[in-house]
Amino acid sequence: MSDLSDLYQDVILDHYKRPRNRGHLDDTDHQADGQNPLCGDHVTVFVKVKDDRVEEIRFAGSGCAISTASASLMTETVKGKTLDEAKAFFRKFHDMVTGSQEVDHGDGLGKLEVFSGVCQYPVRVKCATLAWHTLDAALENREEPVSTE
Amino acid sequence: MSLITPTTARVEASVTDEAFDAEELRRDFPALQQSIGDEPLVYLDNAATTQKPSSVIDAIGRFYREDNANIHRGVHQLSIRATDGYESARLKAARFIGASRPEEIIFVRGATEAINLVAQTFGRVHIGTGDEVLISHMEHHANIVPWQILCEQTGARLCVAPINDRGELILEEFERMLGPRTRLLSIGHVSNALGTINPMERIIALAHERGIPVLVDGAQAVPHMKVNVQALDADFYTFSGHKAFGPTGIGVLYGKHDLLQKLPPYQGGGDMIASVTFEKTTYNAVPHKFEAGTPHIAGAIGLAAALDYMDAVGMERIAQYESELLAYATHALLSIPQVHLVGTARNKAGVLSFTIEGVHPHDAATILDQQGVAVRAGHHCAQPVMQRFNVPATIRASLAFYNTTEEIDALVRGIQKVIEVFN
Repeated sequence: MSDLSDLYQDVILDHYKRPRNRGHLDDTDHQADGQNPLCGDHVTVFVKVKDDRVEEIRFAGSGCAISTASASLMTETVKGKTLDEAKAFFRKFHDMVTGSQEVDHGDGLGKLEVFSGVCQYPVRVKCATLAWHTLDAALENREEPVSTE
Repeated sequence: MSLITPTTARVEASVTDEAFDAEELRRDFPALQQSIGDEPLVYLDNAATTQKPSSVIDAIGRFYREDNANIHRGVHQLSIRATDGYESARLKAARFIGASRPEEIIFVRGATEAINLVAQTFGRVHIGTGDEVLISHMEHHANIVPWQILCEQTGARLCVAPINDRGELILEEFERMLGPRTRLLSIGHVSNALGTINPMERIIALAHERGIPVLVDGAQAVPHMKVNVQALDADFYTFSGHKAFGPTGIGVLYGKHDLLQKLPPYQGGGDMIASVTFEKTTYNAVPHKFEAGTPHIAGAIGLAAALDYMDAVGMERIAQYESELLAYATHALLSIPQVHLVGTARNKAGVLSFTIEGVHPHDAATILDQQGVAVRAGHHCAQPVMQRFNVPATIRASLAFYNTTEEIDALVRGIQKVIEVFN
């Protein structure tokens, strides 16, 4: 059985207790809702895009430590990045938490590597990926709320 | 109807002693004998489903190994044995909940199907536009959604009797809501999310004073207390086998005989007919009218073994022991300042719904699971209850007679670990 500290790393707990970029953004043309009704997790992601880059990003909502910290670290990671870079992060992050790809420290996932323990908790993958799927929906202007359940 | 008593169940542990020996009874449950990682399993998710004693598992295995055949109309030996087993299970279920005759027992998939059955038979006949169905705020989704579907179909209205901050039905409000258009009261005996035991005799009497029939969802009551449908004077009563130490996919709907006789069938098919021509079909007598198709024969036989097991232990003793265990657990949880109980009814069954300050229930459940403690986190199929108490979810530890004070201590240690991780 895996060690608890693999999942609840200090960085995750820190971002759960003090989420970064939490709040609303007015006048955004990229916004989407994500919700996992069985868990009660819900998140809204707001993005301002300028010159093909994520100029500003915020998230609102509530959820467990994994989903909240994931949303918080996601906003820190993609802020200032190009849309292609943001999508590449999503793909790599997804591969890491679903365990479909080994984490390679040269991958440039940076702080997001704190979520590498999630792949040992398959029922929690949906928590870690909710914000990312919601960001993806926001960037593509999909209106249907996202769910990872 | 066969009145053969099946020899399916056997309590291996001695239960004749004065003291209730949960430690000894747990040995009858193979799934409880395992470890999760390095920790012994502490199974506290009994409101979701209970573990099964060997006698139940063996009864199902024996049926498939020795007696497997389709029931009714069979001339050969296996079919006769299968029919005996199935109909004996009906008799056993009737005796277990105090029905006046076995024909009042309809086998269904579970309490959910039973409520849908009543909604689509009784409801379609007796509930029309402008009529009302009354439920309470503490119902499981299974006792909400079938009525919403019926209301959409008929133009009836669903009314909800409120609960107080302890999670108890507010009887004065409830009584006021029993109106001239109320055609049915459908209410849980014990709340799965809060543990509240409703004062069912009083509630049913109040409804009957106004000529309103009552369906009782007893899914959380039958495994934990002595239930007698005639003493309650319930018109319909339902429970699920798998929450009562029996198999999944089998449950019971009790209905008063004269009430059942007047109802239209639920589903059409084999076994529910008396004769069929393309011009005219006549239906079989109750209960068969409501059991279209080949039923869950092995499930009914497994359920009978579970009822035998509970009978041998004794429902009064089970209720008494669980009440003491609940008191122990409540005291233990309240001694942790960060823990808040949701559902503090004065008359309560073994359900502890709670939150931990600063910790989402799913994180708590994951950390508890790491220590071998199986609890449920979420809305427990009772989202209106969560809304009432303004929480997105709770952690729920639910007890059965095979749980021990040592397991409650393990839960408490687990919660302390959760608090330590999130401090």
